[in-house]
Amino acid sequence: MRDLKWESVLVALCVVVFAAAAVTTPGFAEAGNVAFLLLDHTAVALLALALLPVVLTGEIDLSVASTLGLCSALTGALWDGGVPFETILPVVLVAGAVLGAVNAVLVVGFGLPSLAVTIGTLGLYRGLAYVVLGDGAVTGFPENYRPLATDAVPGLFVPYSVLLLVVVGLVVALVVHATPVGRALYAIGLGERTARYSGIRVDRVKAALYVASGLLCAVAAIVYTLRYNSARADNGVGLELVAVTAVLLGGASIFGGRGTVLGVAAALLLTAGLRNALLLNDVTNEVQNVVNGTLLIVSVLVPAIAQRRRR
Amino acid sequence: MKHTRAAALGAALLLLAGCGTTTKDSAPTATGTTALTADPDAPVKPGLEVAFVPKEIDNPYENLIDRGGITAIAELGGQGKEVGPSEASASSQVSYIATLAQQGQDAIVIAANDPNAVAPALKDAMARGIAVVTFDSDAAKDARRVFVNQADSEDIGRTQVRLLAGQIGGSGQIAILSATPNATNQNTWIGFMRRELADHPGIELVQVAYGDDDDQKSFQETQALLRSYPDLKGIIAPTTVGISAAARYLSTSPRKGEVALTGLGTPNQMRRFVKDGTVTAFALWDPEQLGYLAGHAAAALASGQITGAEGEVLRAGKLGERTIGRDGEVVLGPPTTFTADNIDDYDF
Repeated sequence: MRDLKWESVLVALCVVVFAAAAVTTPGFAEAGNVAFLLLDHTAVALLALALLPVVLTGEIDLSVASTLGLCSALTGALWDGGVPFETILPVVLVAGAVLGAVNAVLVVGFGLPSLAVTIGTLGLYRGLAYVVLGDGAVTGFPENYRPLATDAVPGLFVPYSVLLLVVVGLVVALVVHATPVGRALYAIGLGERTARYSGIRVDRVKAALYVASGLLCAVAAIVYTLRYNSARADNGVGLELVAVTAVLLGGASIFGGRGTVLGVAAALLLTAGLRNALLLNDVTNEVQNVVNGTLLIVSVLVPAIAQRRRR
Repeated sequence: MKHTRAAALGAALLLLAGCGTTTKDSAPTATGTTALTADPDAPVKPGLEVAFVPKEIDNPYENLIDRGGITAIAELGGQGKEVGPSEASASSQVSYIATLAQQGQDAIVIAANDPNAVAPALKDAMARGIAVVTFDSDAAKDARRVFVNQADSEDIGRTQVRLLAGQIGGSGQIAILSATPNATNQNTWIGFMRRELADHPGIELVQVAYGDDDDQKSFQETQALLRSYPDLKGIIAPTTVGISAAARYLSTSPRKGEVALTGLGTPNQMRRFVKDGTVTAFALWDPEQLGYLAGHAAAALASGQITGAEGEVLRAGKLGERTIGRDGEVVLGPPTTFTADNIDDYDF
């Protein structure tokens, strides 16, 4: 119930922000602009979708942006080495899953705290990205694939990659909200021991989540690389914080057991719309950071206060 | 089970991708630019709006360039502004370019953090009829019409090595403290530095370090260089953020005076380090003039006075005229060397 209330607030805020921007800001409501603001947040939205199920179980994955960086570097190195793009795609996706599996082994296999593990792999994967690609950038990705990350579907104003995002979002929503696995995530987040006693295979679920997270990060890496036509070791630096922000602003609890895909989607849309409107109005970066920071604090504060009142 | 799933996924992707394969060598690339004609006597576009996009918004050197550009636009009766990201990452400028295009600016003048990452957005802007000029750090050549270069890259690179060679007596270990690994301008200069170093066999370049144009990181990198190479004789920092951070570290280090420092810095930043003996000589062009020239180039492009073709003449107010060179490149002029003797003549 509480979750739904916060999401309603977010959705309402979205409507208010988009409506206000459409009225006050010339150019905001144009299809091309909306497509662009969606495109600008596609990679981070994929990372947030990778992160949400992990957060639901009360764990964290801070290595998402570094996984993106390493997969992007790998894409670049293979492309530079003359490997066909059709081969690179599956290789990079598998690589992403393997990186997720490393997290899974450390967190589930060795029982280490996920915060420590993924702070470690955050640094490790970023470092490996530099080992793989060095300081340079690889560019010149094929014109027959790049439009998939930049262009709109013919006849629609929605870019291909946003369509991909919607599909991924629906799949994640389906798994999280409509399957036994999804219910297991919430159960684990609310009380791991209870979940274990009630027959949920906690370790398997968690391990699968990290692998899936790595895989989604690889998808995000390919989208990111093609979108900027630039594979670099430092691609996506700092995006883990944006993804965490989206998940928390979306109403997920950092302690697990609470959060929805709808909330995360609304949070992403809200921040994307706000940022675009602020940019179009020449509002400086500093002010944007203040706005985003305030939003995040409010998102943590309001439900907390509401909860206290009820007691 | 998992393996079969991964394999199935891979196979599905292969199918999706079609039968043919695309490699680096076979990849189709976009070609063709629209031919434009220039009218040198066209009036400046009324209500001209030009946006200057720095590498990062809080970089004092970039702010100076942009100030010069905004001055030029104001002189021409237009309106200039500076907008940009707070961190110098590859993709951070893209949002700004797209929103400027959406705002319908007449021209975008940008110092690119990554020549390729910004290219698609700049091409989109050009397709919407916006004049695109790069300055300080170039973007891909087909993603802009004019590149305003501060000085001949070869001059800049070689000058810094010669300055340092003189200061260390022509032999010993040296290091370079650059900005980001992908900064186009820095890398071009470093390329020429290496060529110049070939003529100085006594000098050994031991490391190229990167301070990411971040004051604290540059400071730490300097510290690390001095620790890793006890025999280090000199550092070249071809970035204003890097050289001042390095100078600040050196000025309080016991090896002050033993390790020579040169590179590219602004007189106001470096004055106290020249006066206290940390630095004897460094170089730079006048950044405000660089912006001023770029502002004029943007206005001339947006007004149809030039198209960016080789041989066209760009009239740049108080700077006089410049001829556009190969690949739309315009050069401001040779860099100035600042020493204790002349530093007080400059205020920027």
